[in-house]
Amino acid sequence: MIARRVVPMAIAIVAGLVMAVSYFVRSIEWMGEAAADVFNVIAAIAFVLGAGSLLKANLSAISRRDRGWGYAAVTLAAFLITLVVGMAKIGVNPSPDAPQAAWSGSQQTAGTPFGWIYEFILSPLTATMFALLAFYVASAAFRAFRAKNTAAVLLLVTAFVVLLGRTYAGVVLTDWMPAWASGLRLENLSSYVMAVFGTAGNRAIMIGIALGVAATGLRILLGLDRSWLGGGGSA
Amino acid sequence: MSVLDRLDRLDRRWIFLAMFVAVAAPILYIGVTGRTLPEKVTSTSRAVYEAIEATPEGSRVLFAFDFDPASAGELQPMATDLMRHCAARKLRIVCIALWPLGNNLAEETIANVIGADFPHMRDGVDFVNLGFQSGQQQVMTVLTTNFRKGFPVDERGRDTADLPILQGVKTVADFPLLVDVGAGYPGAKEWVQYVVTGLKGSMRMVAGTTGVSTPQLFPYYPDQLAGILAGIKGAAEYEMLVNEGLGGAPAAKYMEAQRRMGPQLSGHLLLVGLIVLGNVIHFRRSRGGQA
Amino acid sequence: MTRQRLTWLVLVVLFAGLLAWRGFTGHGLGRVYVERGEVSLARERAPADAPAASVPRWRSVPVEQAEVRWTTWSKVPPKAHFEAEARDPGQDRVVLSWPRTIGLWVAAFLTLAIFSFLYADNPAYRFTEAVVVGVSAAYWMVVGFWDVVVPKLLATLMPETVQAMVQPTLKIPQFSPWWPETWDTASDAFDPWLQQWGAMALALLLGLMLMWRLLPRGGWIAGWPLAFIVGVTAGRRMVTQVESDLMEQAASTMQSVVPTAQGLSAWDWAWAALPGVLVLVGVVCCLCYFLFSVQHRGVVGGAARVGVWYLMITFGAAFGFTVMGRIALLADRVEFLFDDWLWIIDPNHLRG
Repeated sequence: MIARRVVPMAIAIVAGLVMAVSYFVRSIEWMGEAAADVFNVIAAIAFVLGAGSLLKANLSAISRRDRGWGYAAVTLAAFLITLVVGMAKIGVNPSPDAPQAAWSGSQQTAGTPFGWIYEFILSPLTATMFALLAFYVASAAFRAFRAKNTAAVLLLVTAFVVLLGRTYAGVVLTDWMPAWASGLRLENLSSYVMAVFGTAGNRAIMIGIALGVAATGLRILLGLDRSWLGGGGSA
Repeated sequence: MSVLDRLDRLDRRWIFLAMFVAVAAPILYIGVTGRTLPEKVTSTSRAVYEAIEATPEGSRVLFAFDFDPASAGELQPMATDLMRHCAARKLRIVCIALWPLGNNLAEETIANVIGADFPHMRDGVDFVNLGFQSGQQQVMTVLTTNFRKGFPVDERGRDTADLPILQGVKTVADFPLLVDVGAGYPGAKEWVQYVVTGLKGSMRMVAGTTGVSTPQLFPYYPDQLAGILAGIKGAAEYEMLVNEGLGGAPAAKYMEAQRRMGPQLSGHLLLVGLIVLGNVIHFRRSRGGQA
Repeated sequence: MTRQRLTWLVLVVLFAGLLAWRGFTGHGLGRVYVERGEVSLARERAPADAPAASVPRWRSVPVEQAEVRWTTWSKVPPKAHFEAEARDPGQDRVVLSWPRTIGLWVAAFLTLAIFSFLYADNPAYRFTEAVVVGVSAAYWMVVGFWDVVVPKLLATLMPETVQAMVQPTLKIPQFSPWWPETWDTASDAFDPWLQQWGAMALALLLGLMLMWRLLPRGGWIAGWPLAFIVGVTAGRRMVTQVESDLMEQAASTMQSVVPTAQGLSAWDWAWAALPGVLVLVGVVCCLCYFLFSVQHRGVVGGAARVGVWYLMITFGAAFGFTVMGRIALLADRVEFLFDDWLWIIDPNHLRG
């Protein structure tokens, strides 16, 4: 009980208080700095944890001969090749500033095997995965965007103003408007929508989130919120 | 079966094809002819340009690469133009990355802009790449009290305490300008929250952001964020300003954002057309259903 | 043969035909060229008064004077090769890079494999997806190790090793955690060293505890570092977000109502104040809509209704911006296929 609930709660409370108070009190700034620095290194170690979980999941999929286990093997092979090539800095020359140290060169140097993996596999693949969304957004717009009520009409009209106003179409369509009505030209209207309505809406959302974050933070610092420990348990 | 019925049951792959053609055709046309569209500059983009122009020559600028190749289509043109502008203004550029792949993009941008067009700039003196650090906004927290602890070595493995460009830098507040090219978390929002707001105006910040994350940044402009490049359109506007400001015929690589506005135009028009068509079908059918 | 298979076949044949046609016209298809360079370095002579153990500095020297040398190959535009060949046919300075050319074709096929998902789920897409998952996990791990763990954690806890293998300029502290007799508490360097060493030792300990999650038993051990992560995140986020997203936003909202420009007529003043007033009204109305502890009736109900309109406009604009972003990403990939791979267009004048 103590090790599973009391100690973690105490750690969270102390760490949270240090981070909150050190923002205001200069004499203990170093504590906040040290805690954040520890956090940063743990974040790097967490990459190992992520990779380990992936490895575990894929290995068990292969050993159980789950459906599509061949793809798990592909993932595993891609993982291991990238890992070995990167960790061993294969093909990386030392840094010209320190040629006496064999491992001083950057593993990300272009033209090395690890650089090759980045340039020709990781970079094009992640970019293309995200590019797919352009197609789905088009399909969804055709199927789901319906002007069913006032609110939906407002949403649609704004979307049109922004879509047209943020390309040359806006200029072509409304450039004929006289100077006194220039505020209604699509490109100006789209700027105005963002500067006024978009700002107001997003600001209200931000204020709401800030209040929520403050409340959650306080509950964690006071030990009232224990949901993050798992298994429920909020006072 | 009526036309509307057919359209209503349209296989979505035809829509995919239409989108591909809408994007590909202008790319081919612009790629062959080299023609681009004139953009009207909005105030947020102009503010970015003016903030960099107002930074005194020789000042240090912190340049954060908070994106990865997944967003490079939108953000890389901005990063290129921003770095070119900073270099041409003789600012001393300190690059960092809070995204693991941001470091690669920083290296590419440095090679493409400084390496190619500003060869007199010395690595470690006029510019430097400090590489990636994990921890997201907690890296920012460390930078607010101890810059060297946040980035102990640069990308080439040199101790940051020895770098001439960082002499006199104790905390992030020693940079008068922060340029962030960010795709999301951590990015421009976190820089505003964790660094810029607390510095109470001693550091100005400009940001180039993706279309998805831009709307959330508008409430910070202009009090906490001096300027925003809103997606590829913001990049194109800023690119025009920089090209006009620096004069002469810009190299083709400094026209990338403006070239991209061609496929944007046809893609946006297609989207508007699809929404209108979808609604026409819906209302015709629902009216038919009622009758 | 099913209709789907027939479509696939037609698509593939059509594409292969176009590729072959493209390959035999103009400059042909995508290739990558590299230029050879030499790095030749020698130690700088140390000044007479330098301590014996000081780290040598290196400088570029002509090849014949080099103590260390290696060859580099950097990517150049294809036109550099065409020009070099025109000047000196058969030269070996700017040459075709087979690994990078193969890489370019791999990238192109992987890109097409992902796009193929738009037609239907298929093994090529599944394979590519599996590759990207494996590569990214390992890539992040490698970057985390070399960019963070080595220069921060290992450089503090094992400075001699890091100095010898990775970072010769690393300064070895005069204190050792294992030998208290080296501790000079009066030294200015002692406190920073102790803080840094303590922090990194703690980071290592918590990091190892976090790894416990991978083991079948004792998962609660990972709860301690998790608690630390939660505490640090919540503590600082709470104060910064209240300052930046609550106080500053409230201040900006109110300040924008009063125009700062001097010498305005009453009409111009009102006109200049209008956006600020609209923002203020919008923020208040949206917050009314978010207020769930009060029934949305009467004034609050009316305000909440206006708030919904504001929010709809906000979401409509956000949709527009999202579309803009997505199309930009697609344009980037299409440009890669047409420019880098197929050499159909040359917007950056890399080939002539």
